[in-house]
Amino acid sequence: MAERRENKKKDKGEAKAPTKDGAKAPTQVDAEVPARLAVKKTYKLYLGGAFPRSESGRSYPVTSADGTHLANASLASRKDARDSVATARKAFGGWSGRTAYNRGQILYRIAEVMEGRHAQFAEQLVAAQGITRAKADRYVRAAVDRWVYYAGWTDKFAQVIGGANPVAGPYYNHSAPEPTGVVVVFAPQGAPLLGLTSVLAPVIATGNTAVVVSSQTAPLPAIELAEVLATSDVPGGVVNVLTGNVGELGPHLTAHADVDALDLAGTGDRAVEFERAAATTLTRVLRPGPEADGGEQAWLDTDPGTSRLTPFLETKTVWHPVGV
Amino acid sequence: MIFEYAPAPESRSVVGLRQTYDLFIDGEFVPAQGGEYVTSLNPADEEELAQVAVAGAADVDRAVAAARRAQETVWGRMSGAERGKYLFRIARIIQERSRELAVLETLDNGKPIKETRDVDVPLVAAHFFYYAGWADKLAHAGFGPNPRPLGVAAQVIPWNFPLLMLAWKIAPALATGNTVVLKPAETTPLTALVFAQICQEAELPPGVVNILTGAGETGRALVEHPGTDKVAFTGSTEVGRQIARSVAGTDKRLTLELGGKGANIVYDDAAIDQAVEGVVTGIFFNQGHVCCAGSRLLIQESIAEEFLPRLKARVAKLRLGDPLDKNTDIGAINSAAQLERIRELTDTADEEGVERWSPARDLPESGYWFAPTVLTGVSQAHRVAREEIFGPVLSVLTFRTPEEAVTKANNTPYGLSAGVWTEKGSRMLWTAERLRAGVIWSNTFNKFDPTSPFGGYKESGYGREGGRHGLEAYLG
Repeated sequence: MAERRENKKKDKGEAKAPTKDGAKAPTQVDAEVPARLAVKKTYKLYLGGAFPRSESGRSYPVTSADGTHLANASLASRKDARDSVATARKAFGGWSGRTAYNRGQILYRIAEVMEGRHAQFAEQLVAAQGITRAKADRYVRAAVDRWVYYAGWTDKFAQVIGGANPVAGPYYNHSAPEPTGVVVVFAPQGAPLLGLTSVLAPVIATGNTAVVVSSQTAPLPAIELAEVLATSDVPGGVVNVLTGNVGELGPHLTAHADVDALDLAGTGDRAVEFERAAATTLTRVLRPGPEADGGEQAWLDTDPGTSRLTPFLETKTVWHPVGV
Repeated sequence: MIFEYAPAPESRSVVGLRQTYDLFIDGEFVPAQGGEYVTSLNPADEEELAQVAVAGAADVDRAVAAARRAQETVWGRMSGAERGKYLFRIARIIQERSRELAVLETLDNGKPIKETRDVDVPLVAAHFFYYAGWADKLAHAGFGPNPRPLGVAAQVIPWNFPLLMLAWKIAPALATGNTVVLKPAETTPLTALVFAQICQEAELPPGVVNILTGAGETGRALVEHPGTDKVAFTGSTEVGRQIARSVAGTDKRLTLELGGKGANIVYDDAAIDQAVEGVVTGIFFNQGHVCCAGSRLLIQESIAEEFLPRLKARVAKLRLGDPLDKNTDIGAINSAAQLERIRELTDTADEEGVERWSPARDLPESGYWFAPTVLTGVSQAHRVAREEIFGPVLSVLTFRTPEEAVTKANNTPYGLSAGVWTEKGSRMLWTAERLRAGVIWSNTFNKFDPTSPFGGYKESGYGREGGRHGLEAYLG
């Protein structure tokens, strides 16, 4: 992956890149003096509810499936990774302390806002994946529906998973699931929107906070999604998105003592190395499943159940004597 | 008032010890191929109890192969109802032989007979009885309509609750259609070997349960054996990390139940007498050889002056001595090595300026003993507040506000258990909600039940044992 330092003004390079919608400059005007220059987006990280550049000042070029330059993404550094863990930790108490109903409404709000930006997500998928618009539409719709699905889970999983325990003695005893804490989500590489949504939504639905390492080659949908999160009442720090190199960020995040769990979906052949690193602080690990390398179409199951909820939950059992 | 107690020892005659015990593989007792034996001692008097075979790599191979064959040809194919009936049968035999098992456990482990008789062994039988009933109801357990066994489970257990840990491992594994190879701890193998006899007595098909005795090397060979589908371990966090590392890159599933540094929070409105009892039970039950022990007392500053003298007065009345005596509260430390670890860590308290108190009394001359100890003036930085001592040593810290209590309680890499003592329900629930631990005992401590999931947060491990939750670790 090419890496570049951000030490010069970017607008020159960007002016030459083709515009996203493929519009051509009007021919009757001198090509050197466009009637109106499209305003292009600078893709940055999403950290603590804000969009900072990498502290390292680095970026890397992101290209479409056919090799056309799309944009520059921030190349997150180790320090960005550490900052994002600290930010996620800070947000954990507040987010896990929200009522389940409130978290459900916020997740539903994500779906609402995302639906409004359907065209933008679809165009981006077409560009990133080289797929047809019809396919892209399908994946975007599925991603929106996935948020609705998990919005509904927020206030149900505790009853489904927890319960009363009929102990042989005069004790009130019940078990309830609680979020594990800070979860690092390595988003699937070939499924930058629906795959990402499918792994992120269950993590935050139950009250965990997340550090997402986006698809390395197709990071733009992740930042686009971050913009949706930032305008959907998701508190800052609940989701943090890093774009960059899994091989560079992974070793630090997986061995980080303040990370409680890992979803290794997008780690490819580094999964074993990362699971080993996680063992040092007994970080919980969800190994990559068969869908991890399958592209967006592998994530179309509309009812994944609790399979991605329970790996990031702890069961707490509380006892109290019964008596007068 | 001082009561004098006449000795009231439980009779050893109920236990028929053999001189040597071999490995239990494929339904038979067979010598280890290496021909090596270790001695299992009575830690209360250092007398030799028996010679026990040490399993090597070749024995692990044999046991895993037997377990695989039994899983594929018999146990995995049997209806859940029939599997359940075997487990019910085992539960009944354990009840019938309960006194024998309790006395043997006390001899081999050093814990008081009143604990093995009234806690360990009844819970063992209850555990088998509970999971027996699950065997034909797995489709209703919430793990899908047709949950499948994983295959062969490699299980390694510690010495603090030898037979109870065996039950926690074997009962759910068998109920779900898995077969097992289990390694008991080096210092406490004997009740597991009697359990092997019980399997024979119950006519359990050969290979469903295999017991390999030995030390750390045997355990390593077992958990690293490529022929198993599942590893379940209870023991130290350090070994847990090694196992997690070794399982990475395999398809094996893993559950770990590891160390703890449990906080017992006593608020100013607690019922003091009950709290004193609970704090004493929390740390001195089983000589403090309990991963979920309440080894850190967090007492609200305003009542510390009143509470501590009452706590010490209660500790002074604990009876330490012959584990077989029915009046004994505190038995022997399980091994010379563990005694050394407790001494070493507790000595750091002296070096770090912590105040140390134990009731004045003589310890027995032979055997491994450590007086119940209360450390006061402990801060969060002291080693005795951070590291698991796994002995009868209580570290006392104070707090002023509920927020401070919770912060201090959670200030540990562990997260297995915690206690809360308050008469105010809302405060209890507020505190329980914020404690990052898998088991919260409020106005009680160290209670266990087969229906109640047990297991830790953070570096206390992952997975749950007990209850419906305990099935998950053995179903695919």
